[in-house]
Amino acid sequence: MPTSETSIMGKPNQDIFSDTLVSLAHENPNIIAVTSDSRGSGKLTSFAREFPRQLVEVGIAEQNLVGIAAGLAAMGKSVFAVSPACFLTARALEQIKNDVAYSNHPVILIGISAGVSYGALGATHHAIHDFAVLQAIHNIDILAPADNFETEQAVRTAVTRNRPLYMRIGKKSMPHLHPPGTPFNIGKAIQLTPVQEQYDVAIVATGETVAPAAMASRHLAAQGYSSCVLSLHSIRPFDEAEVMHAAHASRVVITVEEHSINGGLGSRTVAALMQGRIWKPVKMLAIPDQHIITGSQQDIFEEYGLNAEGITRHAVTLLEQGREKVQ
Amino acid sequence: MPPTSAPPNPIKPSIAWMEHQAIQYRKAILEMIWQAQAGHIGGSLSCIDLLTVLYHHTMEITPGNFAQNERDHYIHSKGHAVEALYAVLQGLGFFSREALDTSQRKHSAFLGHPTRVVAGIEHNTGALGHGLPVAVGMALAAAIDRSPHRIFTLMGDGELAEGSIWEAAACAAHYQLDRLVAIVDCNGLQISGPTSQVLSMEPLAQKWAAFGFAVREINGHDIAALAALFDSLPFEPGKPNLVIAHTTKGKGVSFIEDRAEWHHHVPSEAEYHQAMREFAAAESEWEARYANI
Repeated sequence: MPTSETSIMGKPNQDIFSDTLVSLAHENPNIIAVTSDSRGSGKLTSFAREFPRQLVEVGIAEQNLVGIAAGLAAMGKSVFAVSPACFLTARALEQIKNDVAYSNHPVILIGISAGVSYGALGATHHAIHDFAVLQAIHNIDILAPADNFETEQAVRTAVTRNRPLYMRIGKKSMPHLHPPGTPFNIGKAIQLTPVQEQYDVAIVATGETVAPAAMASRHLAAQGYSSCVLSLHSIRPFDEAEVMHAAHASRVVITVEEHSINGGLGSRTVAALMQGRIWKPVKMLAIPDQHIITGSQQDIFEEYGLNAEGITRHAVTLLEQGREKVQ
Repeated sequence: MPPTSAPPNPIKPSIAWMEHQAIQYRKAILEMIWQAQAGHIGGSLSCIDLLTVLYHHTMEITPGNFAQNERDHYIHSKGHAVEALYAVLQGLGFFSREALDTSQRKHSAFLGHPTRVVAGIEHNTGALGHGLPVAVGMALAAAIDRSPHRIFTLMGDGELAEGSIWEAAACAAHYQLDRLVAIVDCNGLQISGPTSQVLSMEPLAQKWAAFGFAVREINGHDIAALAALFDSLPFEPGKPNLVIAHTTKGKGVSFIEDRAEWHHHVPSEAEYHQAMREFAAAESEWEARYANI
């Protein structure tokens, strides 16, 4: 957990992805990166310079990108298919479904500039559907690392996992959220806050909303509310046990995600809680099902309550509503 | 064409044997579809001669080497014609004849499109326009590893309307993948009617040539000519290979041939027996043809 109000700022997770990929390629000549004119936005220029024979450029052709990645993986290559998340998980969805997941070829799909990273470029460039569509496709892991540590661990672990995997990565600099030595396992949520018997609020967040969730936790503490903040870096496999445990120990639950309100972390969490017979007041914070406003990622987070202030406000409201009901 | 046109090879079966085997495969396709009361008979019969030559003469793919990457590879992009693929893989010994009796039944591994659950199949297909991009990826891997092995894929002519094929075509030429062999089973029909009327892709040879492929056109039912053509791979060093195989949909059964309505029609009992009689007649013709050799 960050120790001060102003966390130590790290790099964009995309930079960590590319640094980690270069480091892995030094050890493993079998690694191939496939890009769709996205080596710049994917921060792969240094990889391309150092390992020109391990980079395959396919041009602006995402369907072909994923098909080719599946073919390379079928031949035993350790393949990273790197493309903006918005195009990768929409334009090439059938290739992800059939050529990667259904055919069970261990491609690692990297969705760069994920969520609303592209901000004011508009809905064509937003990827707030990826959790929903990929969760409905069998046999592909879905990751959304929150900070530099989680990103490096996720990339390194993904290579050894040797199965279909999608990872969304944003482009904004992220604060460091975890102390050194924090265990990282795909499918296992990380708790950012000190472990207690009980909490006022459980905040279940993923990807680039974990940092504001951690900040909200401090704002709530200042108002006398305790919280349990979980980073769900794995949307699938989903850590039902940890989410249910946190919810069970809390009065209310908030979910936070840079994704459509439909079919993402919030609905997955609520499904787990309801079926696990954990009845708690819940607020799902996400991008609502409406025409998205113009603005930067920060503006969009602010508009829909996904920043620290919004999460804090909604948590307090939920807690006070609960109190009124009890009284 | 005389059956001796292919180069003599003590290991490879003769042209005559393959011609005979293709008739056996036609029977197997009909039997499978009859038993399952489902399947794509038209497209399976149009590509069965191609598959016979590819698997018995051209490609190095056997149950013995299948687990390794150091061999030729084949992607059945026109996945609906799966009965043809099952017939040939069974003929090669990938699985038993009895295994096919479960075809399309509940819990069977032998569903109506190819999947890797079945021995000998290396990619799940069925949605069109997927085989070529995957084959390009495999050919890139072969190029990176400086492997001499070839990657074959078979597409339908109706399938060519899929844009993903042309993304892959541009990429194959860009990377000069002369180990890639793309074949079009050009039977001129798709589910709604003649391909020329649904969406004409002509001039087809010029299109592929313009994309940078070395293009050859051939009668896709002439087993000797097909064997000779594939012996001449790569057609032009540095260029991906494209074979336009002119075929007849439903080839070998008079009342199925060249009829769009037989895309996935299941024969009646009378039609089943009639088709089997036509295959028997083809076998008799084959015996007469080679009686004096």
